[in-house]
Amino acid sequence: MPEIVTFYLLAGGAVVASGLVIGQRNPMYSVMFLIVAFAALAGLYIQLEAPFVAVAQIIIYAGAIMVLFLFVVMLLNAPQEDGAEWDRTHPLRRPGMGRFGAVLAGVLILELAYALMAVNGLNAPVGGQTGAATVSSVRELGKVLFSRHAFAFEATSVLILVAMVGAVVLARREGDT
Amino acid sequence: MDLRFGVQLAIIGLTFFMLINASALLVLAERKIMGFMQQRYGPYLVGPHGLLQPLADILKLLMKEELRPKGADKWLFTLAPILSVTAAFAAFATVPWGAETTFFGLLETPVKLGVADVNVGLLVVFAITSMGVYGIVLAGWASNSKYSLMGGLRASAQMISYELAYATSLAAVILLAGSLSLREVVDTQAGTWFGFIPRWWIFLQPVGFLVYVIAGVAETNRAPFDFPEAEQELVAGYNTEYSSVRFALFPQAEYINMATMSAVATDLYLGGWHGIPLLDAYGLSWVTFLLKVGAILFTYIWMRWTLPRYRYDQLMAFGWKFLFPLSVVNLIVTAALVLYFNA
Repeated sequence: MPEIVTFYLLAGGAVVASGLVIGQRNPMYSVMFLIVAFAALAGLYIQLEAPFVAVAQIIIYAGAIMVLFLFVVMLLNAPQEDGAEWDRTHPLRRPGMGRFGAVLAGVLILELAYALMAVNGLNAPVGGQTGAATVSSVRELGKVLFSRHAFAFEATSVLILVAMVGAVVLARREGDT
Repeated sequence: MDLRFGVQLAIIGLTFFMLINASALLVLAERKIMGFMQQRYGPYLVGPHGLLQPLADILKLLMKEELRPKGADKWLFTLAPILSVTAAFAAFATVPWGAETTFFGLLETPVKLGVADVNVGLLVVFAITSMGVYGIVLAGWASNSKYSLMGGLRASAQMISYELAYATSLAAVILLAGSLSLREVVDTQAGTWFGFIPRWWIFLQPVGFLVYVIAGVAETNRAPFDFPEAEQELVAGYNTEYSSVRFALFPQAEYINMATMSAVATDLYLGGWHGIPLLDAYGLSWVTFLLKVGAILFTYIWMRWTLPRYRYDQLMAFGWKFLFPLSVVNLIVTAALVLYFNA
């Protein structure tokens, strides 16, 4: 019974906080609510008896990435969000480039799909063993991540790289070289 | 009620009490040591040799009027100091501070001194310490003051930069000890090499220890890296607009963070509570621990009153171009040696 209560508290907290992230006009509050959402997710991981994943979630997302977000928001000191203008004259938005980008995106989707299919039995416990002790063991987690799930692991990093390049392209201003 | 449960609660309460007192005592220690280094007495009037000075300080801060600037963000301005001090206390949760003890035979089964023993304890400390930066950043932003904002920006940039070196130097010890649990890391340091050198990881990781201590100074925003509150440039930095209890919580968080940093350094590098066999025999291993923590804290204060503050660009260059590469090289060499000797 207590598990059910904490689950709904954490899950509800995550959903409400995520909603408030989009609902806020002030980017500072959005960042704060995103941190709350991450913390609630970490709580769910702890409940799934995977403390390492929970701690990694806090260190990487709530600790490192969100500090960076906060830093950028403070540096821009934007009190309100405003919509960006769509720029058609950008060299990277020419049709040829667009088609090349579409092909690359297709390749990425195929790669991710393959990564998901390549691992048979995604729902099977880590390392083929049962029990919470395996998931909470950092050693087992690392072994499995770099052997059985190596392809999915690398494919995910490509996905993050694509997102990063996309952010740079979107944020680049007209006239900058 | 179960006796074990009660004992565990008592240990949690004791840890909390010790941390609160650590922050009060460190304020006094800082002023006394500063006085000593500047050839004067320091606080002397309140109590014998000024021992009750922290109490007077706290009473004074409690009596002060609480101010909030008109343009300040109402919620975040209040939340910032709370967040700071909560993170500081919570970070100590997985730090063990003594061997298993029965309290001189009072208990039938020995208990572990420390709030919680988690198998990823070191990462928990690291995660919660990294949450502490939000308190400072939010304080800087919510005050709606240019000095505070500059302080907050500096704090976030500095903490992101030095967290890398800090975590990488920790990773080398984890490799040697083969565990992420602080208690297990301490237990790997029992005994001696060749019969006279204590098996402390500092002797295998002198570079890592140095990097850890330097990055730790930067993480706790202490001089010579106290840029978030550089008083000659920023008035008081992120806490310029704060007064009364809200202000008091920031230095308290800073001192508790110092204590946590020193306790983790003791657990990882200095052999934790191992080292004085006589005290071990009487179940007083935690005294050894406190002595070591005290030595590191003294070094912290010593550094603050001896070294002048760096320039901001020097801080960034030092962190990224020297400390971080050094810790990475240290990690790679350690990994290679561990692989070589284990194979």
